[in-house]
Amino acid sequence: MNKPNKVLILGSGALKIGEAGEFDYSGSQALKALKEEGIRTILINPNIATVQTSDNIADDVYFLPVTPFFVEEVIKKEQPDGILVAFGGQTALNCAVALYRGGVFEKYGVKVLGTPVQSIIDTEDRDIFKDKLDQIGVFTARSVAVTTMEDALAAGEKIGFPIIVRAAFALGGLGSGFANNMDELRTLAQKSFTTSDQILVEESLKGWKEVEYEVVRDQYDNCITVCNMENFDPIGIHTGESIVVAPSQTLSNREYHKLRSIGIKTIRHLGIVGECNIQYALDPVSEDYRVIEVNARLSRSSALASKATGYPLAFVAAKLSLGYSLSELKNSVTQTTSAFFEPALDYVVVKLPRWDLGKFEGVNRQIGSAMKSVGEVMAIGKSFEEAIQKGLRMLDTGKRGFVANKPETVDTTTIDQLLSEPNEERIFAINLAFEAGYTLDQVHELTKIDHWFLQRLSTIFRLGNQLAEGRANGLDGLETSLLREVKKAGFSDQQIAVKLLGEGDAMHGTKADELLVRARRKALGVLPVIKQIDTLAAEFPAKTNYLYSTYHGTENDLEPETDKSVVVLGSGVYRIGSSVEFDWCGVNAVQTAAEEGYKTIIINYNPETVSTDYDVSDRLYFEELSFERVMDILDFEQPEGVILSTGGQIPNNLATRLAEAKAPILGTAPARIDEAENRHKFSSIMDELGIAQPRWKELTSLEAMNEFVREVGFPVLIRPSYVLSGAAMNVVSNNFELEAFLQTAVEVSSEYPVVVSEFIQEAKEIELDAVADHGEIVSYAISEHVEFAGVHSGDATMYYPPQRVYVGTIRKLKIIAEKIAKRYEISGPLNIQFLEKNGEIRVIECNIRASRSYPFVSKVSGNNLIKKATQVLLGKKVERDESERVYDLPFVGVKAPQFSFTRLPGADPVLRVDMVSTGEVGCLGDTAEEALLKSMLSVGYKIPQKSVLISGGPIISKVALLAPAALLIKKGYTVYATQGTHRFFAENGIPSSLLFWPDELQEPNVLTYLKEKKIDLVINIPKNLSKGELDNDYKIRRTAVDFGVGLLTNARLAKAFIQAFCSLEMKDLKIKSWNEYKAM
Amino acid sequence: MENTKQVKLILEDGTEIEGTSFGAFTSVAGEVVFSTAMTGYPENLTDPSFAGQILVLTYPMVGNYGVPGEELYESISKIFESDKIHIAGLVVNYYSEEHSHWNAAKSLGDWLAEYNIPGIFGVDTRMLTKKLREKGAMLGKIVAGEDIELHDPNQDNLVAQVSQPEVQHYGSGQHKIVLVDCGTKTNIIRCFLERDVELIRVPWDYDFTKIDYDGLFLSNGPGDPKMCEATIGHLQTALQQDKPIFGICLGNQLMSLAAGADTFKLKYGHRSHNQPVLLTGTKRSFITSQNHGFAVDTATLPAEWTMLFENLNDGTCEGIKHKTKPFFSTQFHPEAAGGPEDTEYLFDDFLTAVADYKNR
Repeated sequence: MNKPNKVLILGSGALKIGEAGEFDYSGSQALKALKEEGIRTILINPNIATVQTSDNIADDVYFLPVTPFFVEEVIKKEQPDGILVAFGGQTALNCAVALYRGGVFEKYGVKVLGTPVQSIIDTEDRDIFKDKLDQIGVFTARSVAVTTMEDALAAGEKIGFPIIVRAAFALGGLGSGFANNMDELRTLAQKSFTTSDQILVEESLKGWKEVEYEVVRDQYDNCITVCNMENFDPIGIHTGESIVVAPSQTLSNREYHKLRSIGIKTIRHLGIVGECNIQYALDPVSEDYRVIEVNARLSRSSALASKATGYPLAFVAAKLSLGYSLSELKNSVTQTTSAFFEPALDYVVVKLPRWDLGKFEGVNRQIGSAMKSVGEVMAIGKSFEEAIQKGLRMLDTGKRGFVANKPETVDTTTIDQLLSEPNEERIFAINLAFEAGYTLDQVHELTKIDHWFLQRLSTIFRLGNQLAEGRANGLDGLETSLLREVKKAGFSDQQIAVKLLGEGDAMHGTKADELLVRARRKALGVLPVIKQIDTLAAEFPAKTNYLYSTYHGTENDLEPETDKSVVVLGSGVYRIGSSVEFDWCGVNAVQTAAEEGYKTIIINYNPETVSTDYDVSDRLYFEELSFERVMDILDFEQPEGVILSTGGQIPNNLATRLAEAKAPILGTAPARIDEAENRHKFSSIMDELGIAQPRWKELTSLEAMNEFVREVGFPVLIRPSYVLSGAAMNVVSNNFELEAFLQTAVEVSSEYPVVVSEFIQEAKEIELDAVADHGEIVSYAISEHVEFAGVHSGDATMYYPPQRVYVGTIRKLKIIAEKIAKRYEISGPLNIQFLEKNGEIRVIECNIRASRSYPFVSKVSGNNLIKKATQVLLGKKVERDESERVYDLPFVGVKAPQFSFTRLPGADPVLRVDMVSTGEVGCLGDTAEEALLKSMLSVGYKIPQKSVLISGGPIISKVALLAPAALLIKKGYTVYATQGTHRFFAENGIPSSLLFWPDELQEPNVLTYLKEKKIDLVINIPKNLSKGELDNDYKIRRTAVDFGVGLLTNARLAKAFIQAFCSLEMKDLKIKSWNEYKAM
Repeated sequence: MENTKQVKLILEDGTEIEGTSFGAFTSVAGEVVFSTAMTGYPENLTDPSFAGQILVLTYPMVGNYGVPGEELYESISKIFESDKIHIAGLVVNYYSEEHSHWNAAKSLGDWLAEYNIPGIFGVDTRMLTKKLREKGAMLGKIVAGEDIELHDPNQDNLVAQVSQPEVQHYGSGQHKIVLVDCGTKTNIIRCFLERDVELIRVPWDYDFTKIDYDGLFLSNGPGDPKMCEATIGHLQTALQQDKPIFGICLGNQLMSLAAGADTFKLKYGHRSHNQPVLLTGTKRSFITSQNHGFAVDTATLPAEWTMLFENLNDGTCEGIKHKTKPFFSTQFHPEAAGGPEDTEYLFDDFLTAVADYKNR
């Protein structure tokens, strides 16, 4: 075998809808596989929050955009002899195709390892793909690839409606949709052409079963299918938006193996080496099928398949790309059997997508052929009922499972609509339909979901009713057999409590009842058992640490850990506000605990993570992060301690209840955590410590509100307690908005009161991430937002170290932080957010847990805050480090948010107090401008070629944009402006060209210019701070997004960006590895 | 669940497991074995190689797609692997009482009841599988009401029970193949009939050396191969000639015994759809469907024979071939049904050998 010496790996960049944490998993595995071979690895990935960009994984990391320009520059500099392009999602693949077509690999003698680029092109170009499959008699949907609107319409005529339109070369089905007539086709095609030059018009297979296989092939033509998966939702809903089960449940042996054989034949014909995914449509009433697509790379599905089976797909794919044969590689789970085998599952896996559409104003709530979900969960059980109910709870949307949720009264028209027009809530609508007396046939007619799945759901429904009916004696009347049966069907203790005892009191009733059920259940000996996932259904002994719990069993597969151990709670489902950054924290906590001599146990259920890899911890429980399940595991394992401060808000929210149950929580006392989480308590304590904060009041009535507003004046910020990523938080500028908002806010949180506080405009926002030991801060990092306060910290662009903060301010922040750490007796991680205006500092909030910015500041500063925090949590004596060096760093890091508005039709793409970004990057530069420009390019912005549109919003931001506009003019850009801005600029001597507002219906109109791509960058500042203005400004912003034009909605960020690209050109951006920065 | 009846699974080591009855409510004894196949219960349950066995399925949800109605292909079943259920009993974790599939005619439970076969669900099949893995396949019984004695089916001549007593003819292709029926799966017949073959199916103890044929095929079948003395005797005569011979599963063991090698009982056998085999001496591997409790002892292979395939998990013999003559056999099932179809090409290889023999 001729192994390369130095290999470049392309990452996938920031997390975005359609491309999320799964590529941190696949890239990390590939890097480990190469490292094992003694190969030097170079990684390009600007996503600083990932595990793969941590120390000691790749030999060198470049925090640079994964674009042809930067990748070529790195190749030029590093001269690698091989490149892996299949581990960084569509981003890496598209970049590789461009480089291949540009002859770059040839020019520098870089060998593409694994699947040849030509095979990738064969799968990506619809026409070629169809031809290739035709050659071997494999069916694809009847379709026509077109490049013009005329051809698209002609194709529609020929194929007949309904029709699906897809864009070629697009991630997660971007630019796809269904059309029922010519008009819909025209609209859809127009949009698709903005994302791709080629689109596909094809027969609709709506209602067919959707089935996928993960196929692995080595260069000796050995081929296996590692896993198959069946979508609960039939064709018509993107697989990323579907509930998916593995393995398939409703396919006969003939169907299963027919599709398997076709998959192998197809993959051999395409010449793929490594891993790929093949998707089918299967006729529900015959064995007819169509191949939908082949993804010639690691994908979301392959990450899922890998976690679902225990087969390390990415690791094996990386080894195969070096020239190994499958039979030469070992099954790393069993350590004895070969990697050439197909896992046999003795459990069922259910994946469910998590949406956050509620966070977006104006967004279309329907789901379909394009992805909108931001995360997913994977639940394991021995029955579909058990797994789906676990999964529905894992989504963390407040649901207790399929049944026993808060009652809803919905009329049948609405139910019909919820069932027939797929949406986030559809599965719960099935329960509503059962309650309303619908038959399985009726539900099937409306949803086309296979009867088998509906039968299982109806079993859950029936069992729920059985619990509820005629049980006068409540818990005492519950017979063991029924209790066991409902637990087997995935009922939580809380669901049982609700069905048996009702909803409970307003405050903590349900939770108290849950404890009664738990106690009764344990007394009756109805306990879950721990089973292993071993890839071969117990046929051979396996040394697997991959575990789940089930009520379908009488025996635990293993004994509790006997060495001293620590449990780390993972971050759970990725959603807006909590994603890969908390996985990094969890993984680092586990690694530190292992270094400190502990056996490590992880509980997490997110298949897109590195923390759920088989080789990260000593034991992995792929389980719910609920009070019930965490206690089950703690009862079984009896660890020395449990860490819940590194997984974000989900584990943090368990603190109080776990403490009440005497769980050995490490670090800050849960009572203190509650005093920080509860806004009322927090504010009182700040008053007590004499720390300033924006004036606030708890909302009890509208009159009290109005009085408070009269005192502090509009705008005011309103938010409920226990806030995560600003959910339901908003700024209101007048009475009308206030009343409108309160109606929805009260719905969001009935258990906790709503707090209103003054909103300070034009204030700087500064964050402090720190570690304290018994109330003494031992390490900290301070970062500064580019935007003024008012943009959620998760959406803000951040400098580390701070660039425009006085030393005096830093000193004051530190003193405040020390006071807080002491008062709360913090041991472990903390994060405090500050406002600074005119030298006055106010505290906005304090989180006694690791925060989103931990990986960013840890990596840029070189002080791993999680490592230190974990050492503190484990009781190790740590030294106070030299965090004071904060200004001495010879380079700058900039963290920038990634938005996914393109994937959310209708959503208003604007920054506000509520977080809407889906990911982030962090880049390094010698100067703040260089780091900022690299980050902005990493999240998809481009340096404008010729023209910029400025629509300056309120006077305050118009003023702020004067100097940047002048700079643009000086650099030779054409500045377009809408009326007010145009006039203001003219008054201030800046020449701009007037464009009319969308509703002025007059040319030259902004919308026309955007659609004709005459504008390279849009700066549109909203006129007020509220959500809900779906007006002219909205139209400009949305059109910019829909037509792929860069958009900035914050004046401070726009100014920083303009200054950066006016002072630096692409060639000025230094191609420096992380190690080179560290050595400065 | 209403109207459920409890039954017990009792193993020879004294283990007693309670579960719920489905299928026939009747007691049965047999050898308890497990299969890790995730699909294909209609195929598996009708596979004659399972005769006398109480089958434990490790896949947790069974019965999901019901059981298809009977259809005929030539004169054989189009869908099932024989004309009846051959297992003695079925043990599962979760029985899907309601099923869903376009070609389902009945539920698994009704089908079992039709053939008076008991099923038991609600069993921790993983626990049971681990026990069988550690202690080896065990005798056992499903007890529904009335208790019965344990019984070792390997003491019976199971092949004699499942082999069809009459000679039967299928197809009219150009190659005349004799199929020695030791309990053949019908998909073997289908695989031949799709390939220009005239098939003569003869009973296991039929003296096929007396009839005219172009190639000889030895089928799969249940139990200890050493029970098939008559077949081995006839086969020894055939091995003296040069006509191509191909064997599957029990056929592989019979070929080995006739050649002078020995067979032994595996601790718990191979019953699954994911057995990896390597074409000996190459880097070519295949995923295969398997169902056997006995294996060929490679060390005892005579000098003129060699290993054709080996198991990538445990190194056991997965096939043998004669070094000079067109004789070969596989321990796995190239005809699949159920399971992967990767090695169906072996039927073509055999018929190529037959054609070569005829043309020489």
